Amino acid sequence: MSTKAHADHDHHDHKPTGIKRWLFSTNHKDIGTMYLVFSLIMFFIGGSMAMIIRAELFQPGLQFVDPQFYNSMVTVHALVMIFGAIMPAGVGLANWMIPIMIGAPDMALPRMNNMSFWIMPFAFALLLGTFFMEGGAPAGGWTMYPPLVLQTGKAFPFLIFAVHFLGISSIMGAINIIATVFNMRAPGMTLMRLPLFVWTWVITAFLLIASMPVLAGAVTMLLTDKYFGTSFFNAAGGGDPVLFQHIFWFFGHPEVYILILPAFGIISQIIPTFARKPLFGYASMVYATASIAILSFFVWAHHMFTVGLPINGELFFMYATMLIAVPTGVKVFNWVATMWKGAMTFETPMLFALAFVILFTIGGFSGLMLGITPVDFQYHDTYFVVAHFHYVLLTGAVFALMASAYYWLPKWTGHMYDEKLAKIHFWLSAIFANVLFFPQHFLGLAGMPRRIPDYSVQFADFNMVSSLGGFAYGISQLLFVYIVIKCVLGGKKATGQVWEGARGLEWTLSSPPPYHSFTKSPKVTKALMDY
Amino acid sequence: MASKDIYFIPEPSKWPIVASLALFSTFIGGAMTLNQSSNGKYVLILGAIGIIYMFAGWFSSVISESLAGNYNKQVDVSFRMGMGWFILSEVMFFAAFFGALFYARVLSVPWLSGEGHGVATHQFLWPAFKASWPMSVMPNSTNYTAYKDTIPAFGVPAVNTLLLLSSGVTVTLAHWALKKGQRTQLCAWLFATVALGALFVYFQAGEYHHAYTELNLKLSSGVYGSTFFMLTGFHGFHVTMGAVMLAVILFRSLKGHFTKNDHFAFEAVAWYWHFVDVVWLGLFIFVYWL
Ligand code: HEM
Ligand SMILES: [Cu+2]
Repeated sequence: MSTKAHADHDHHDHKPTGIKRWLFSTNHKDIGTMYLVFSLIMFFIGGSMAMIIRAELFQPGLQFVDPQFYNSMVTVHALVMIFGAIMPAGVGLANWMIPIMIGAPDMALPRMNNMSFWIMPFAFALLLGTFFMEGGAPAGGWTMYPPLVLQTGKAFPFLIFAVHFLGISSIMGAINIIATVFNMRAPGMTLMRLPLFVWTWVITAFLLIASMPVLAGAVTMLLTDKYFGTSFFNAAGGGDPVLFQHIFWFFGHPEVYILILPAFGIISQIIPTFARKPLFGYASMVYATASIAILSFFVWAHHMFTVGLPINGELFFMYATMLIAVPTGVKVFNWVATMWKGAMTFETPMLFALAFVILFTIGGFSGLMLGITPVDFQYHDTYFVVAHFHYVLLTGAVFALMASAYYWLPKWTGHMYDEKLAKIHFWLSAIFANVLFFPQHFLGLAGMPRRIPDYSVQFADFNMVSSLGGFAYGISQLLFVYIVIKCVLGGKKATGQVWEGARGLEWTLSSPPPYHSFTKSPKVTKALMDY
Repeated sequence: MASKDIYFIPEPSKWPIVASLALFSTFIGGAMTLNQSSNGKYVLILGAIGIIYMFAGWFSSVISESLAGNYNKQVDVSFRMGMGWFILSEVMFFAAFFGALFYARVLSVPWLSGEGHGVATHQFLWPAFKASWPMSVMPNSTNYTAYKDTIPAFGVPAVNTLLLLSSGVTVTLAHWALKKGQRTQLCAWLFATVALGALFVYFQAGEYHHAYTELNLKLSSGVYGSTFFMLTGFHGFHVTMGAVMLAVILFRSLKGHFTKNDHFAFEAVAWYWHFVDVVWLGLFIFVYWL
């Protein structure tokens, strides 16, 4: 059996066929593709929930859904988008790109890789199945605060186990990425030559390994509090509901960086390509990313300023939060400096990247405002927070993912996508995302609370604008699906190089790359990255 | 080209999907059982059988690949990194529960008795409550029954500490024997390690029995009982798993597996065992002793 395996490996491009190719896969590209397709599907499932939310908020009063269902929408929308859309998209990109960026034959642990993927559909079957249960889907918010979440009906244990299940998948994925990057680099691919996407992903993987188990612990305590009589979060027995918030956000804040760091990596790949200049301040990018990751474990209580923390705690977490803006600023500075005096062109990936830099920065600024303890007393749990995290997550993380899709689609499929349609997709997305979320800043400052299906009439105008932006943004994303399908099916042949200004190992391969890319390690020299 | 130059990429394998399905069934069964559905246990058992089947199948294919000499040094390093980082994730899982313990002891219980900014809570909710640790009378004493006593550190737990520490020594002696190629010693020391682990679990079970039947100290005994049983319980579960893994290694050693230079599975289990050991030291100090 083993000799056969080797014989098979020596001649290239035999691939298993039919359904087994996908179910039993040990190929990083196939697994990457499955992750990406899955995340796109989840993006639309989560997106339809958002449409229901915006429809309900189109006017004051209760129109379409009852409040309990509305709450489920808010809760499950967040869980689906975070764990089902953004995270798997990042892992999918990592699977596809890391081995070919570092010159490896595959991921370090290919079977475990497939298991990380195949957990995802089952975990979401657990979560989405709860819509058909007595008591409905979870409705206590994605943050699952007790005691509210303990009132969930039959859905409760399914929610908890879905979180456990997803955690297992993330941890295995993270271990795989770390082993791949530290053990599988081609000769000459030194750590300080790694493409930034690879760097940001290794650091993300550390965050995953350190934070997902903490979430698992937190939800385990919820489970035992509900069914086994423990009192972790019950003051009557000496516990404290606030304890849950501490444990949750110890996971939760690193989690937001898990969502954004791979996006930082993508942007750091794309901007040099289209500015035709090496990334400005490579080393400082690496150190800034690492500092963000480390600091992210010391800022969690900025989500809890209004919960009644001792004053020293409030101060500590305020200053720590301010501090994290410094390395973030370094990154934005470096992106801008990379473009400075560059020979820029504006293909769709670059457009999305530029929009990212501007709009993510807006989200960063609202984050800074929220990080100032005394003013957060006003902003907390209002639409201002919703605006903040959608700027960093939608016009931040999702825009970066869109940029990466356009950037690498020609490499994956061997065809160029339709540039004209893609530009239309970009402009529709960029305009309507702002129509959708910018007014929410004003709503929040004026006092509209988040997670409530009804509101008083003075908020009506901005909500209507926001909803219209939301519908338009949602519909525009169908165009993306069309562009992707069109590109998979055909189009202008892509060269291996694809983009004139692209540098790195992945561009030395044909488009699409052979099924087994580097069975023999390529030699990496400094010239590979030179302009 | 020698096979040692090629990084071994396994052929397509059914085990990952079997694993996902087995876990899926386990989780559904568990959730149904918690929801009081009478069929839940069957789904749960099905899942558990699936998991055992998966572990047996997956590991036996890995073992036969290893025996066939497919793994080179680089594959070995991947496995090492995998195990190392997995153990770190386990450390973080325990960290969540230790965090809960420290929070309860240092913050929430004193606050409930009126310290710091807990003045009002104390006065309006449970003015009679006095902080203490172990906390045998709960803030709301009508919903909880007080327990008689806690388990003193320098009784069974101290013995258990000795047991686990010496099992750490025996597993190292086994490793030395393996590196010198002395198979009989290897098996003997491994056997001693498994026996010490089993003895630990036996004592721990006795302690639980004592707590439940004589001390009235239960999982539901307020936050003391919660942190006590969850921490020691998860640890005990890990010791059990570790002992099973050691037993598998013993069995494989008896069959003649492992060589002086090539015995990653042995080392992985040894690392795991040391990790379990270190967690216990934390438990002994912070849960039983201080
Ligand atoms: C400059 C950096 C940032 C700062 C200073 C910052 C600060 C904050 C603060 C203080 C809050 C709590 C607001 C409240 O509930 O009252 C918050 C919420 C949030 N932030 Fe940020 N943030 C930053 C960047 C990010 C990034 C990069 C992401 C994700 C990619 C992110 C995602 C979120 C999310 C999801 C929430 C809301 C969580 C919830 O309550 O549901 N933030 N941020
Ligand atoms: Cu945060």
